Amino acid sequence: MSDAVRSAIESAAREAYGRLLAWLAFQWRDVAAAEDALADAFVAALRTWPVNGVPASPEAWLMTAARRNLLQVARHQRLSRDPAVTVLLGDDSAPEVSLPSLPDARLKLMFVCAHPALDASVHAALMLQTVLGLDARQIARAFLVPAATLAQRLVRAKKKIRDAGLRFEEPEGPELDARLEAVLEAIYAAYGLGWDANGPDTTVPAADDLGSEAIYLARLVVGLMPGSAEARGLLALLLFCEARRAARFDPATGAFVPLHEQDLKRWDRALIAEADQHLWQASALRHPGAFQFEAAIQSAHCQRAATGQVPWAAIATLYARLLHVAPTVGAGVAHAVAVGEASGADAGLELLDALRKQHPACADYQPYWAARAHLLAVAGRVADARAAAARAIDLSPNAPLRNWLARRYGVDPGSR
Amino acid sequence: MQYMLIYSETAEDFALRDDPAQAPAYWGAWSAYIGSIAQAGVMVSGNGLQPPHAATTVRVRDGRRQVQDGPFADSKEHLGGYVVIEVPSLDVALDWAARSPSSVSGSTEVRPVLPPPPAPAG
Repeated sequence: MSDAVRSAIESAAREAYGRLLAWLAFQWRDVAAAEDALADAFVAALRTWPVNGVPASPEAWLMTAARRNLLQVARHQRLSRDPAVTVLLGDDSAPEVSLPSLPDARLKLMFVCAHPALDASVHAALMLQTVLGLDARQIARAFLVPAATLAQRLVRAKKKIRDAGLRFEEPEGPELDARLEAVLEAIYAAYGLGWDANGPDTTVPAADDLGSEAIYLARLVVGLMPGSAEARGLLALLLFCEARRAARFDPATGAFVPLHEQDLKRWDRALIAEADQHLWQASALRHPGAFQFEAAIQSAHCQRAATGQVPWAAIATLYARLLHVAPTVGAGVAHAVAVGEASGADAGLELLDALRKQHPACADYQPYWAARAHLLAVAGRVADARAAAARAIDLSPNAPLRNWLARRYGVDPGSR
Repeated sequence: MQYMLIYSETAEDFALRDDPAQAPAYWGAWSAYIGSIAQAGVMVSGNGLQPPHAATTVRVRDGRRQVQDGPFADSKEHLGGYVVIEVPSLDVALDWAARSPSSVSGSTEVRPVLPPPPAPAG
């Protein structure tokens, strides 16, 4: 096959997959059938384009071929009871559609993927597979689950979308905020997969990191819902994290580098500027939410690049506001650290004690023990700090983090 | 699509039916709810059911009939009634389920009704 044909197919696959699939799934109300039809259309393209040449509009060609496949399957299964199918069955020579005229159905598809009638654990994977066309095996590696297990969950979810008749429409009114939150949460989860577990020595190869895919999805939601403050808040948050991604590990040794010791030269200033821009646009919409507060906290940490100082009092205030809208244990721990830095270690430790009373699960939560070790060390309680650090090491997800804690507190890094 | 809304009520809910002080409010809430389904023109069919103590469960094992007093399972919530509605999507069916009096104290299960089998090939 010529390089030109191959690259035409690859570029159609990368750029148009989600748009084509979303439109087919929206018309057919059946994600799995649309996926099969589109996959067959790509196979047909591989067969015919080298002979007949690349069509003027590759996407329109693929859409026409996929629709023909769907009609054939429908005829075969005698699904002609469905009026939508009956109408299309009469239209055998479906004219080539031109893609720019097609409304973008990807947002509808994302809302379906994060529908409350589907288990939340499958939302992110379903979105990555349908909107971006990622291989189930690749998603499974990033999610650290066996490929067969994930594939089974995805099949079950798509079956439920079809059989239970989930609505392929953007939700309206009071429902919109909650449904959008589920979409944004799923994107955030996809980004977070590569963040905590992956050190440079991890078993997950860097290529399987889904960070850039998650940022692509966040940009997509912002583009399709420009009036949503939280969508912009999420995009800003992801860009702040991405800007500091490379600085988290020492390039020479692979050792973990905590936020406040990171080399500012290794932060991506252009990404930080873009993130600040999105955060500013989000706050101008005057509809605050959890992702915007988290992004604002990241923005405050990034101020160190300009001023050399971390504005701890401002960060403590932002965490207090975040806790007000999203009272998670993680935010509680971070709030205690910020208060400890701004108003003294004892104030922070008091907050940690209160948090543990409220959430006994803190006993097995790594950030709780890491925060405790830090504040105890600042307070000069060396032995207590070491004991807390040992517990944090036991609970740490990767070796660079364990080694850093061990070096900092002078304890054994353990054998995990 | 057609969906069955399956209303499960708690023992306290069932007791309200016979409580002279509270029965009017209980039945009033259900009448208003069922009435609004009918008014919306989406009702296909439906019924309320007598309480679980009136239930009898039958099983046939090895050709022998086993009849048991009471509902099929001992649980906190029991079937109190059902309707079948015709609406465009699960989302609309969930909206109707959320408005049911049973959803506040017990629960409402939503199940798509099986479509009729396709006509034989001619």
